Amino acid sequence: MGMAVMETIIQIKDVSKTFVGKENTVEALRGIDLDIHKGEIYGIIGMSGAGKSTLVRCLNFLEKPTKGTVLVEGKDLSVLEEKELRRMRTQIAMIFQHFNLLMQRTVLDNICFPLEIVGQKKKEARGRAEELLKIVGLSEKAKAYPAQLSGGQKQRVAIARALATNPKILLCDEATSALDPTTTKSILALLKEINERYGITIVIITHEMAVVQEICTHVAIIDGGSLAETGTVEEVFARPKTSAAKRLVFQNGGNYQEMKGKHCIRIVFKENSSFEPVIANMVLECKTPANILLADTKDIGGVAHGQMILQLPEDDIVAGKMISYLKERKLEVEELDNYVG
Amino acid sequence: MWDSATIMMLAKETGTTLYMTLTSTLFAYVIGLPLGILLVVTAKDGLRPIAAVYKILDVVVNVTRSIPFLILLMLLIPFTRFVVGKSYGATATIVPLTIAAAPFIARLVESSLLEVDRGVIEAAQSMGAGTGTIVWKVLLAEARTSLIVGATIALGTILGYSAMAGAVGGGGLGDVAIRYGYYRYQADIMIVTVVLLIILVQILQLIGTRLSKRLDKRITN
Repeated sequence: MGMAVMETIIQIKDVSKTFVGKENTVEALRGIDLDIHKGEIYGIIGMSGAGKSTLVRCLNFLEKPTKGTVLVEGKDLSVLEEKELRRMRTQIAMIFQHFNLLMQRTVLDNICFPLEIVGQKKKEARGRAEELLKIVGLSEKAKAYPAQLSGGQKQRVAIARALATNPKILLCDEATSALDPTTTKSILALLKEINERYGITIVIITHEMAVVQEICTHVAIIDGGSLAETGTVEEVFARPKTSAAKRLVFQNGGNYQEMKGKHCIRIVFKENSSFEPVIANMVLECKTPANILLADTKDIGGVAHGQMILQLPEDDIVAGKMISYLKERKLEVEELDNYVG
Repeated sequence: MWDSATIMMLAKETGTTLYMTLTSTLFAYVIGLPLGILLVVTAKDGLRPIAAVYKILDVVVNVTRSIPFLILLMLLIPFTRFVVGKSYGATATIVPLTIAAAPFIARLVESSLLEVDRGVIEAAQSMGAGTGTIVWKVLLAEARTSLIVGATIALGTILGYSAMAGAVGGGGLGDVAIRYGYYRYQADIMIVTVVLLIILVQILQLIGTRLSKRLDKRITN
């Protein structure tokens, strides 16, 4: 990128985590290397059981890696004394899938909790909590108890609580997985706003590509405890290299695997290519119809991206002509050979 | 039987029963609450796993709980005499009652604390909370309803034990039931003491339930 060299805030070096049980050992993470820069919204995506929740817990040492190092702002977490680690954690906030609010405390007292931990005076803490409640838009719920709130409201309280100590990093562990799509969108919008307003680096753990597409700048795909692919969201979405990445990119684009169509291609449209009726022109040009199996538009980082899966005619010459026609128009074309026949 | 002397005696012994029950419950909590916390904290997946401490506490609690109360009462006579100066009477009964109830309370506390959502504990850890803060502000605070329910159960059980202590001259309503009802065949007095015991348990139960409900903010109404 043409920007100034970005400061690395989290550096994961060759991190492995093995859980030793009575009957079996599980290798949850295998040699993960990852750099997260200041101000990024970094998505870590993977299927359930891929190890992403373990990975995010290695970032605040709720889980200690079996091997490798985690550096936060250049500090190796493994060499920190317990007290220092606890102080460090006040700078690495975390929100969770099930919100994890204190059920016997009011909303306001929940937000005061991290401030109590750092020993802030009660009056100051209350003032800060009220300010945070305003930011997340829940001022009128200060005296309510978590049981009286909806899921989305609970997550807003959790976000306010996470921000209380002015952290530099916010870890989100499947923070929207228990929410409906509309609420998910509003929570993601709030996270984005927080990232832009306060420059907090956000790490998002999710199994949903849609979440990554909605707000992340970068993404790491984790599969079977290893890192399959990393890059900007745009790169990974447009050109998924590994099968794990492809699975996730196509995840919400219909039952891709089940299509038995021969000679399928996937086209990715970008902003500049979506004005011309390309497919229609291609069909006119080649005088042979092509079957549209899937069409889908996604908003990635504020730019419209579309993807389409076409089934080309059996005739290799016509099909080849179509592909070159599309490529001439600067579209990303990917042949889906593995699904032919 | 309804002469004023009998009524006075019943009133006094009801007071004695309450005195024994409440005092020994209080002392038993002084021992049992920290024990229960230690059991949870030092357990394998606790906040500070210390296998040796957990194992020892676990065995001690189980052993003490296995001894029938009446036997414990006898076994502890020298110790009671050492602490109180005599081995009979209401105050002396508090010693074995406390020792019998403490491990029972430790288990009640343990199970209440284990009900606290692990996610909430994890959230506190992620905020940099230390073990003390988590025990005080998360475990005990979040489990308060369950702890009160537990205390109500403990009170009822200790009240029952205190009546048993009457068999060896401990005083209280149990003592009355045995002396008048059993040895003197005054069935009416026995029935009255039983009714009084039932009323006491009901009142304690009612207070406990009301209190735990009022303090529980998980229920919306």
